[in-house]
Amino acid sequence: MSETRNIVEVRDVSKVYKRDAFEVTVLEHVTLDILSGEFVALMGPSGSGKTTLLNMIAAIDHPTSGEMRVNGSNVFALDDAEAARWRNENIGYIFQTFNLIPVLTAFENVELPLLLTRLSASERKEHVMTALSMVGLGDRVHHLPKQLSGGQEQRVAIARALVTDPNLLLADEPTGDLDTKSATDVLEILKRLNEESGKTVIMVTHDPHAASYAHVTRHLEKGELLPL
Amino acid sequence: MAIPISYNFRNMRQRKAATLMTALGIALTVTTAIFIMSLLAGLDAAFRTSGDPQNVLVMRKGSAAELSSGIPHSAAAVLKTLPGVARDAQGQQMASGELVVIVILPRNDGTGDTNVTMRGMTPMGRELRPKIHLVSGRWPADGQREIVVSTSITKRFFNAAVGDDIRFGKNAWKVVGIFDAAGTAHDSEVWADVHQMATEFNREFGVSSVLLHAYDQPSAEALVQTVLADQRTKLDGQLETEYYASQTKSGGFIRVVGIIVAIVMAIGSSFAAMNTMYAAVAYRMREIATLRVLGFSRASILLSFVIESLMLALLGGIVGVVLMLPFDGMSTATSNSVTFSEVAFSLRVTPGVIATALFFSAMMGLIGGLLPAWHAARQNILTALRG
Repeated sequence: MSETRNIVEVRDVSKVYKRDAFEVTVLEHVTLDILSGEFVALMGPSGSGKTTLLNMIAAIDHPTSGEMRVNGSNVFALDDAEAARWRNENIGYIFQTFNLIPVLTAFENVELPLLLTRLSASERKEHVMTALSMVGLGDRVHHLPKQLSGGQEQRVAIARALVTDPNLLLADEPTGDLDTKSATDVLEILKRLNEESGKTVIMVTHDPHAASYAHVTRHLEKGELLPL
Repeated sequence: MAIPISYNFRNMRQRKAATLMTALGIALTVTTAIFIMSLLAGLDAAFRTSGDPQNVLVMRKGSAAELSSGIPHSAAAVLKTLPGVARDAQGQQMASGELVVIVILPRNDGTGDTNVTMRGMTPMGRELRPKIHLVSGRWPADGQREIVVSTSITKRFFNAAVGDDIRFGKNAWKVVGIFDAAGTAHDSEVWADVHQMATEFNREFGVSSVLLHAYDQPSAEALVQTVLADQRTKLDGQLETEYYASQTKSGGFIRVVGIIVAIVMAIGSSFAAMNTMYAAVAYRMREIATLRVLGFSRASILLSFVIESLMLALLGGIVGVVLMLPFDGMSTATSNSVTFSEVAFSLRVTPGVIATALFFSAMMGLIGGLLPAWHAARQNILTALRG
C-alpha cells in the first residue's frame, strides 16, 4: 500500500485528559491508515474515543502524543488560524445535530464556507446551487432551517460540507438525530458522494445499519483501535 | 471575507425584546447627552452671535459686566470724540451711552419671578445693532415710559405683549413693541429710552457702558488700545464680540453637571449592552463553534460580535436622535452667572451634536461589546460544540 494513497495516517496517537488527580485515557496508541476514496465507519460504545479521533482528523482536537497526516498536512503542527483555514480548504464536517445557523437560509448556510474563498458572488451562487441539487434540495434554497425537516436540515449540512469540494468528508453520527427514512436518505447521499465523486468519507456511528454503508468498519473500545 | 452583517442583523431581529430594551436604554442615555449638548450649543450660539467685531464696549476698569460698571457723563463725552469712532450718514458719532439695570418680572409658566436685563439707549444704540429689528409695534419714544421686549420675553412673561403695562421701578411701563434679537444675548432683554430710565432709576450721574462703532475691524482693535491708553477716562475697552464670548462661562455649570450625568448614564448603558451581548454569545455558543469548524478565524468571530454590538448601540443612538429632534429650536433660559439675569436661548440639535451623539453611542457599543466578543472568540471549539 503506497503512502501517497493514504489520505489519513494516524501514528501512535494517544490522548489523556487530566482531571484533578484522575487521568482519563481517551485514545491509546492508535495507529490507522485510511485510503483515499474509502468509506470508513468508526464504531464503538460511548466514550470509546471515536469522536475524539474524528475531531483530531479535523484539526479541532489535539493528542497528548503521536503524529497524524491528513491530506498531506501535519495537522497537529497547525496553529489555530492555520487550522481554521486548513479545515476550510481540506475537509467537510457533518454534525449529528446539523448545526445550521438558524437565522440564515439554506442557501446562506451552504454559502458560508465559500465566504472565506476568493470566489465571486456569482461563482459562489453556482457552487451553492450545485451542492444543494446534489443533496436534492434545489427547491428549498430560501427556506430557513426551522422550515425544514430534520432530514432536510442534515442534507443542507451535507451540502455545506461539500460546497468547497473537499476530498475528505467527516461525519459525526450524521444519522443520530434522524428517523429511519431520513437516515437512509442521508446515508445514500454519503454513499453516492463516495462512489460517484470519489470523496473519502469517515463516519462515526453507533448504528450497524449506518455502518453497513461503509467499505471498512473499524471498532474502538476504551480508546484502543481493535484489529480488523 | 468576514461573517456577513446580515447574520448579526437577523440575530438582533430574532431576539427582538432584548435588542429593543437595550437599544432603548442606550437611546435614553443619548437623549440626555443630546439635551445637554444642544443646551450648550444653544447657549454658545446666543453669545457667539452676539456682538459686532466693529463695536468696542467700554466699561469701568475691573467690571466683568455692564451691570457692575459705571461711567460718568464727562468720560462718556470724551469717548465719543476719540479718534477711530465712526460717523453715520448724518455725521453723528456712532457711540451709544447705555444704562443697564435688572428688573424683576413674573414668568407666565408659574415658576415665579426672575431677573431680566433692562437696557436704556438712544436711537443710536439700535443703529449699532443692525441685526436686531422690530417685529411688531414701534420703538420707544424719547422721554416716555415705554419699552420694547424681545420675542423670547413676550412669550415667557406675564403682561409682555404690545399694549400691556408692566410695573417696575417707580411706575408702570407700556410695552410698545416686540423686537427680534436674531438669536443674540439681547433676546433676554427689555429696552427703553436711556434718559427716561436715568430718571426712573436715579442714574443721572452717568451711564453703565458706552458702545463705540469703528469704521472697520482693525480700527476697532486700535480703538480698544486708544481707550485703554486714555489717561483722562481710565476705562476698560474690549471688542463687543469678546465681551459676549467671555459670558459663555454661564454654561459652565450645565457643562460640568451634564458631562457627569452623561458619563454615569453611558457607563450604565455600556453594561446593558455588555449584558445583552454576553447573553447573545451564550445563546449562540454552538453556532460560534460551527463557524470555527467551517474555517472562520477567532478574529472574524470577534469582529462579528463587535459589529453586532455597534449595530445595537447605533440603533439606540438613532432612536435617541429621533426622539430629540422635535426639541430642536425649543427655547429656554438660564441664569447668567456674570450678569445675574436670565439668558434666553434655544436648544440646538446641530449636525455636530448629532454626530457626537452617534459617536457617543458607538463608543458605548464598542465598550459593551468588546469583552463578550473576546469571550466568544476565545471559546474552545469542543467545549462550545457541546452547547
